[in-house]
Amino acid sequence: MMFVPGNNPGMMADAHIYGPDSIMLDLEDSVTMAEKDAARLLVHNALKSIDFGDTEMVVRINPLSTPYGKKDVEAVVKAGVDVIRMPKTETADEVRELEAEIIKVETEIGCVGRTLIMAAIESALGVVNAYDIATASKRMMGIALGAEDYSANLKTQRTPGGAELLLARESIVVAARAAGIACFDTVYSNLDDMETFRKEIELIKTLGFDGKSIINPRQIEVVNEVFTPSQKDIDKALRIIAAIKDAQARGSGVVAVNGKMVDRPVVIRAERVIALAVASGILDKEEAL
Amino acid sequence: MRNTKLVTLEEAIHRSGLRDGMTISFHHHFRGGDKVVNMVVAKLAEMGFKDLHLAASSLSDVHAPLIEHIKNGVITKISTSGLRGELANEISHGLMKEPVVFRSHGGRGSAIASGELHIDVAFLGASSCDELGNASGCPRSENAKSICGSLGYALPDARYADYVVVLTDDLVAYPNVPKSISACEVDSVVVVDSVGDSTKISSGAIRDSKNPRDILLAKLAAKVIINSGYFTDGFSIQTGTGGASLAAVKYIRESMLEKGIKASFALGGITAHMVKLHEEGLIEKLIDVQSFDKVAAESIAHDQLHQEVSAIEYASANYMGSAVHALDIVILSALEVDVNFNVNVLVGSDGIIRGAVGGHPDTAEDSALSIIVCPLLRGRIPCIVPKVTTLITPGKGVDVVVTEYGIAVNPGRPLVKQRLLDAGVQLTDINDLAAKARSIIGEPDPLPFGDQVVGIVMDRNGGVLDKIYNIVD
Repeated sequence: MMFVPGNNPGMMADAHIYGPDSIMLDLEDSVTMAEKDAARLLVHNALKSIDFGDTEMVVRINPLSTPYGKKDVEAVVKAGVDVIRMPKTETADEVRELEAEIIKVETEIGCVGRTLIMAAIESALGVVNAYDIATASKRMMGIALGAEDYSANLKTQRTPGGAELLLARESIVVAARAAGIACFDTVYSNLDDMETFRKEIELIKTLGFDGKSIINPRQIEVVNEVFTPSQKDIDKALRIIAAIKDAQARGSGVVAVNGKMVDRPVVIRAERVIALAVASGILDKEEAL
Repeated sequence: MRNTKLVTLEEAIHRSGLRDGMTISFHHHFRGGDKVVNMVVAKLAEMGFKDLHLAASSLSDVHAPLIEHIKNGVITKISTSGLRGELANEISHGLMKEPVVFRSHGGRGSAIASGELHIDVAFLGASSCDELGNASGCPRSENAKSICGSLGYALPDARYADYVVVLTDDLVAYPNVPKSISACEVDSVVVVDSVGDSTKISSGAIRDSKNPRDILLAKLAAKVIINSGYFTDGFSIQTGTGGASLAAVKYIRESMLEKGIKASFALGGITAHMVKLHEEGLIEKLIDVQSFDKVAAESIAHDQLHQEVSAIEYASANYMGSAVHALDIVILSALEVDVNFNVNVLVGSDGIIRGAVGGHPDTAEDSALSIIVCPLLRGRIPCIVPKVTTLITPGKGVDVVVTEYGIAVNPGRPLVKQRLLDAGVQLTDINDLAAKARSIIGEPDPLPFGDQVVGIVMDRNGGVLDKIYNIVD
């Protein structure tokens, strides 16, 4: 998910050519108070007029508690945004409040149920309430960590190893999995240190995250490299799936691949590897079936 | 040693027999740092010359003082490869009665050799020269003032001009070897304070582009090259100096290392990037018509396998020995590409001259594979268009166009297209790219051209390819 300032038309027009899975146009922190209205208008028109292809379009709105939040919801829902990202989410009630606002606009234009919600968790309270937030609405498609505000709230700071974020990251992954939705890790803002960036992606992949937020197209390649399964993993996953299908056809309950028993978690992991390989474009959908 | 060649600039001009109406020539190896053109033309103006034809290998922003000399009738005709800055702007608005004649580097070489472009007096800057006129683009003394490396574009002038004046800021003891220009071709040697500011040859030290669009274009261009069928051991390559071209070299290098492929030579304007690959053993030889930065200029001074070529040896269409005929792959840029793969690198989409023909048509036509790397849009200016503003490189010589929105292959190259498709490279139709640009930008207003011809674009063989009209504000 690539962050793009909502007040920069050039960047918005170009963002999709770099192939991010989703683009988040920002109306919140990257837009100054003086430009909030102009950015909202720009984002509205960008959503309506730019052909972003298959890229999932997300807009980060201002909190509903500010004078801008509700106007943001109206502008982006009317423009047909896929997902609204709610910043600094701390409670399930806030999600429901946003949902009510979305329904109001959707009802007005006759497309109830179209807009999904992603909640950014950026405080200790948000982490504690992660599961409640994740299950607050049927529209919830994912939760994400916002690490800058979170580490400030914890009275600490970000470090290259990310020890300060460990609990939050694990809590968010667990909450998302329990709720059956996606989870996304925070941004890494030092563009000149791709090595630390890569290590951070390896860490969050191990923790179970579905993806990473990025601030520059140059980061896309590294994220994809880490998240794209290796050919060895894909081959293994395909063998497992084939063995399972074969066993099912023969009515056999026990399956072994390369001498190791294949149980349900192994199958689920194999399916995930194949889904990622298809998403990364290195495995044909037909082949995966 | 008694030598009568060493004279002042004024004396050299007197001796040359230059008269009003004659043709004088210059090279552009110092690019934006050139001091010779302005110095010599100022002297000619002071001496009262009129109606001169200035035939430079190229002109740039730094030559804005020519505007006054044109207004005063000192210069009434210009032949060049490129024109930029205020001079270009004024000429586009109709400054000169006589149209500027644009030729490619190879085309200029051929025209000089055939006599079509006859040079009466050549004024050639050199970073070192001895009293007899053995001249080089490399300095020889410890406190050298300038360096430009190859003097490739000056060599046809030195050979064919009736009278040759070398200007140098580093007079060295005879013999100045190795030399680019032989004393046998030189009639006068003039010592000046400075022939050029070497720091302005390139925009600076090499660094990898961080512009994500350049990186994307570079990756796509590298993908095309690697899967084109021409990326085999012993291939040859030429690249431009744009961010995307230089970034592409980085990805090609990675693939060369991975596949164990080496290039036989790199051609054309040589950059530090190419020197690095050469020194790593990935490119056997460098054939250098113009050193694009200090690293390249220093390399040519000491490396036997880094050799200078003249513009004729580099890119002439009608000399079968010219290097472009042996070139496999070239990466080029463009201001505009049209749906017939025609390219414009000279006239901006505002109708104002702002570029150079350079070796573009020469290398595109003669190479086995020419790749144009160009964004779909520059701000609000579409670069893939229905018809180019000015035709510089005919589409028949252009094989692949790479934009950030997709790659298009010339229908005349079905084999290349098939190889790319087989390798899984996604291709698009150039008409779709043009339509995409229009869908984003809308239909531009027609340019306000007048009816005065301000420029004539010659093809490589001496025919007229296109005309440039004045722009009316």
